[in-house]
Amino acid sequence: MRVIHTDVLIVGGGLAGLRVAIGAKRRGHEAMVLSLVPPKRSHSAAAQGGMQASLANCVKGRGDNEDVHFADTVRGSDWGADQRVVRMFVNTAPKAVREMAAWGVPWNRVERGARTAIINGETVSLEESDEAHGLIDARDFGGTKKWRTSYVSDGTGHSMLYTMSDQAIAQDIPVHERTEAIALIHDGGRCYGAIVRHLVTGELLAYVAKATCIASGGFGRIYRVTTNAVISEGIGGAIALETGVAAMGNMEAVQFHPTGIFPAGILVTEGCRGDGGLLLDDREHRFMPDYEPEKMELASRDVVSRRMEQHIKAGHGAKSRFGEHLWLDIRLLGQHHIDTKLREVKEICHHFLGIDPVRQLIAVRPAQHYSMGGIRTDHRGESPTLRGLFSAGEAACWDMHGFNRLGGNSVAETVVAGMIVGEYIADFCDGSEGEITVSTALIRQCWDQQKQHLSGLCDGKGSENAFELMRAMQQTMTDKVGIFRHGEQLQEAVSDLEGLLSRSRSIGVGRQLRGANPELVTAYRVQKMLKLALCVATGALQRVESRGAHYREDFPQRNDREWLKRTLALWPGSDASGPQLRYEELSVMDMELPPGWRGYGEKNHIDHPQTAERQDEVEAVQQRVGADRFAVQDALMPYRECLPSRFRGRNARLGEQDQ
Amino acid sequence: MNDLEQTRPRKLKLHILRANPQDPADQPHMQCFELEEAEGMTLFIALNEIRETQDPSLSFDFVCRAGICGSCAMLINGQPGLACRALTQNLPVEISLTPLPVFKLIADLSVDTGSWMRDMSERLETWVQGSDVDRDLDDFEQRMEPQLARDIYELERCIECGCCIAACGTAHMRPEFVGAVGLNKLGRFRLDPRDERDDAAMYELIGNDSGVFGCMTLLGCDDMCPKELPLATQIAFLRRKMARQGLKK
Repeated sequence: MRVIHTDVLIVGGGLAGLRVAIGAKRRGHEAMVLSLVPPKRSHSAAAQGGMQASLANCVKGRGDNEDVHFADTVRGSDWGADQRVVRMFVNTAPKAVREMAAWGVPWNRVERGARTAIINGETVSLEESDEAHGLIDARDFGGTKKWRTSYVSDGTGHSMLYTMSDQAIAQDIPVHERTEAIALIHDGGRCYGAIVRHLVTGELLAYVAKATCIASGGFGRIYRVTTNAVISEGIGGAIALETGVAAMGNMEAVQFHPTGIFPAGILVTEGCRGDGGLLLDDREHRFMPDYEPEKMELASRDVVSRRMEQHIKAGHGAKSRFGEHLWLDIRLLGQHHIDTKLREVKEICHHFLGIDPVRQLIAVRPAQHYSMGGIRTDHRGESPTLRGLFSAGEAACWDMHGFNRLGGNSVAETVVAGMIVGEYIADFCDGSEGEITVSTALIRQCWDQQKQHLSGLCDGKGSENAFELMRAMQQTMTDKVGIFRHGEQLQEAVSDLEGLLSRSRSIGVGRQLRGANPELVTAYRVQKMLKLALCVATGALQRVESRGAHYREDFPQRNDREWLKRTLALWPGSDASGPQLRYEELSVMDMELPPGWRGYGEKNHIDHPQTAERQDEVEAVQQRVGADRFAVQDALMPYRECLPSRFRGRNARLGEQDQ
Repeated sequence: MNDLEQTRPRKLKLHILRANPQDPADQPHMQCFELEEAEGMTLFIALNEIRETQDPSLSFDFVCRAGICGSCAMLINGQPGLACRALTQNLPVEISLTPLPVFKLIADLSVDTGSWMRDMSERLETWVQGSDVDRDLDDFEQRMEPQLARDIYELERCIECGCCIAACGTAHMRPEFVGAVGLNKLGRFRLDPRDERDDAAMYELIGNDSGVFGCMTLLGCDDMCPKELPLATQIAFLRRKMARQGLKK
């Protein structure tokens, strides 16, 4: 058994993981990154449309600030988010964009003078100011009051990931490519690193670290129809769940993106609609204004996806041999715009649909896209129950997205969380809590357990086929735990998944191969993914209300009275057939923005008994404190102490310089 | 795609190079798999179907399966390309798939582009080098002309898939050659005012046979780039600048 030691072990080489590594390294700690693939291939690269930050440079962004970004994000979350974390996020997001700019991201810039844009299907003239010329531009996105999404054409994630990855190389941070953490080393209270399988040689290693940070992204691949990369299987989260000590938060909160191309499910960016694209039905009728007069195509993703499926159910889907879909129309944006700002979209349409979106409609239908849920952490990114285990980005439930994430807030979260959690990990390693006393016996025990497990899969006794179980799980999730959920179907899903989990314990891997062994990889992954799927399905079954992306046809109201709480899922033991659920209350009396109507979507929630009282308090504070928005904010919900000191500063903004 | 006539699906024959360097007893060989073609089938779909139904040991790399991450480059009927977006309807019945040359073979169609690219990045220092890297994050960002930002992005669209290296005569003969991918990257930083390296510093990095003077102008890189980057123009431009710099020495 080879043992590798480091200060900080980061599982995942995407934007969040690399930024955590850079943060820790700059503070003098050795950081090591494990990645399933070369880090520049991580799923962060797939973020197309942009990153939200309230820079307020462009004319349609004027008046934007942290307060507006905060309110949009909390409304988007359907009040499921931790509002203090949202505050930390919105204050750091402009710094993150600016840091990425200094490191080399070629953000699109504001150009002074007249320009035209498509808004609500009409061509409008805009005038950009002289003073904004050359500063970072923004485009419109769903669920936002201002144009706030900084972008690099429609390759934003690609550009950010390349810049970040090259920075990690500049900092001499080792990335162990094609390695996979398959278990955490822990003693029930403290995490000491991970047992890691090398995907090329098959070697099993132990990595021992003061702090371990899971930044492995989401688990979209538990669904059949998903925009996610094939590596987004959630294994980082699953190994935390398997400790039985760390909890997963809000696993039932799964986002479906309105515009996956049909039938492949490949994403085309929300930027298509942000820039003026429309959704059309089988008669080429623009239907979103019929359902959502306020925000139309640019309501939040959960709302737009539901309206699309509702419209298909009402018989207005376009028919094709693969099933029904709707159309995305970006023809009105014109060739020049598409060739410069939506070029990946154009390539994807060309290669996968054989069409030119300058002249033709794009077949789309909602597809699984994002996991709001993940490893539950405190505001510092550490698990409250397993010390030394941190998490950042999509893998974590930090929790700034609640039950629905806004477009452009995920790629922003990766960098922002990477910055903040990186600092806290460095603090942790600096302090006495960072020191570890770990026995070789414990490391050996964890290693042996995994070794035996892998050998067991190959010992010839198992008869179940891993690929078949994977397909069955994915089909169950897409069919029964999708956009519209119902108690009976969810109950079926839970039973189906329990059956699959039980069968997965008898998987037999046909061939004992040296080195890369794709069948073995599928075998141990599907066992873990089934546990995640059970957390999602069980959480969805138990939550008898509708909130954000979690929609129950049999309980269509958001019920703040009973359900203003976060779901926590624990895995009670290796033989368990399902998760144990607990709930964590969200305190209305501590909220800066008490629950209300989101400004789009259904208007039929049940109030929490304290909402009115808190609303009165908030209004009284606003009256008393007066015009200084920072003072009002601080009086309502102090949060600055939660931020590492280097990220507490006020962000420069045009028109705000005198404050 | 909507107008395809309904005919009996083709029976594809995929000839795939099989090799497992981890196994000393293994002999590389071609293996043929037969597969019924389906509507809209890509090599991503075809290879996964073969793995799931015919041979679970088949190794290949896909990540995004949308043509943006660069993982799945391989030789498709002898030409480098991204397998995920190769529609079988555009290929003949007999399809040969072999791993990208130059890069270290992992198994079957999987190669190690990651180490190669990291090594190139370390040697060329492919990151912004300047005094502004640690600026005050509360302050406004440095301004940039909008057109310049777009021009930088044009070169930054490279996905490090390795097709240009597989298609390069020099890279086959000279392992230390940084290739179009490396030269294009330095071209990108040369354009970027945030990077303070001048041509003399660039000359130190690429002013030799491992750099811009190693290129034989065969233009395979330019022909095969799946992102259609202007690689030939970039290399020609850099060579002119570096030659001028060389004469100054």
